[in-house]
Amino acid sequence: MLRKWTAADVARKVIENKELFILDVRNADAFEEWKIEGHHFQYLNIPYFELLDGVEEILPQIPMNMDVLVVCAKEGSSIMVAEMLSEAGREVGYLEGGMKAWSMHIEPIKVGELAGGGELYQFVRLGKGCLSYMAISEGEAAIIDAVRFTDVFTTFAEEKGVAIKHVLDTHLHADHISGGRHIASQTGASYYLPPKDAEEVVFDYTPLTDGLTIQLGASRIEVGALYSPGHTIGSTSFVIDEQYLLTGDILFIDSIGRPDLAGLAEDWVADLRETLYSRYRKLADGLIVLPAHFMILDELNNDGTVAKRLGDLFAENHGLNVEDEEVFRSMVTDNLPPQPNAYQEIRQVNMGKITPSHEEQTEMEIGPNRCAVR
Amino acid sequence: MNITKTLDAKGLACPMPIVRTKKTIDSLHSGEILEVQVTDKGALHDFTAWASAGGHTIINQKEEAGVIFFYIQKA
Repeated sequence: MLRKWTAADVARKVIENKELFILDVRNADAFEEWKIEGHHFQYLNIPYFELLDGVEEILPQIPMNMDVLVVCAKEGSSIMVAEMLSEAGREVGYLEGGMKAWSMHIEPIKVGELAGGGELYQFVRLGKGCLSYMAISEGEAAIIDAVRFTDVFTTFAEEKGVAIKHVLDTHLHADHISGGRHIASQTGASYYLPPKDAEEVVFDYTPLTDGLTIQLGASRIEVGALYSPGHTIGSTSFVIDEQYLLTGDILFIDSIGRPDLAGLAEDWVADLRETLYSRYRKLADGLIVLPAHFMILDELNNDGTVAKRLGDLFAENHGLNVEDEEVFRSMVTDNLPPQPNAYQEIRQVNMGKITPSHEEQTEMEIGPNRCAVR
Repeated sequence: MNITKTLDAKGLACPMPIVRTKKTIDSLHSGEILEVQVTDKGALHDFTAWASAGGHTIINQKEEAGVIFFYIQKA
């Protein structure tokens, strides 16, 4: 019997640290570049086109005592292979929509309470490592670093009975397409962007300047902007309710932002250093850092959130503990990991200069996010 | 280039382009050339990997108006 798994089913396995055996039937390059990560997942990568004559040869490598999920790019090949395995007497499932669906899946997880009954949610896009946020208070919502699947946010706000009033991006993203502008136009909310990142954008926006504060509802919850350049020249952090520090792509749990995705690594090293080693040092250690990405599963907490005290990061994050400025410069400019897929085109989309179809946007976003230097 | 056979796999989604191509190649003799026409972009990398796994040679490939043409010489 062939079981159809949704991306949400797989997400539960990841977050709950369950076991899963993944038979990935994409070609070796695609698997090597990007796969479904799980703490207790086992993998076998055999391209579907090597199984056209039958699956007998791989049967001994497929366990009988755990869930087996066949995965491919979109789903067609995984159904074919899963059916062959099923005919050979194995109980297996396939991932509905394949890696494409995995890349799009988003889990909203509550991070914590805000003053006066408010709430803060983190939207974890497991397949791509993107993190978005929604702060809710007294019937109003602010969304930060929304990804392009705008329905996820508007539906969530409806379920919560709140009106989206403010949509903010910490910077002009290069690894994924922002949903911010579209959510704002659908809901009548204001869309904020740091002006230094928005020099080439072709739409109207509200400038996100250092020190700007946004009042959410009638309560005293504030979203305060802190100019923190380095990943891009405009990169801005937010302090929410004096409890949470949203760092965008400047500081992650186990790594720091890379300064080269807008093409100016050498110029922005000093800004990145200043932000990480001076601006952030002046903030309270007790703030909970909430980044815009995670790179590896070890950055997830037990409840699936990606969040850690700033004080702990100062003690543990390697990127915050490089004493020598020259060593730091070399770390963030030399031997950087490959740049994200189609990052230049993605920046153009986020500036409003090009408007690709949904299918083209999906192709652009394929692969890991790669925004960090470890 | 002497094309022995042409396979129209336009509009087919993965895995069908490769499945059809394999079947057709099986019916050819060693050294003969198959022309395959596909529109599924996902097939691009798969064709290269499939051909090299089976020892076949992609002697040419081109794209015209959204259609990808592969010329595959059977091993």
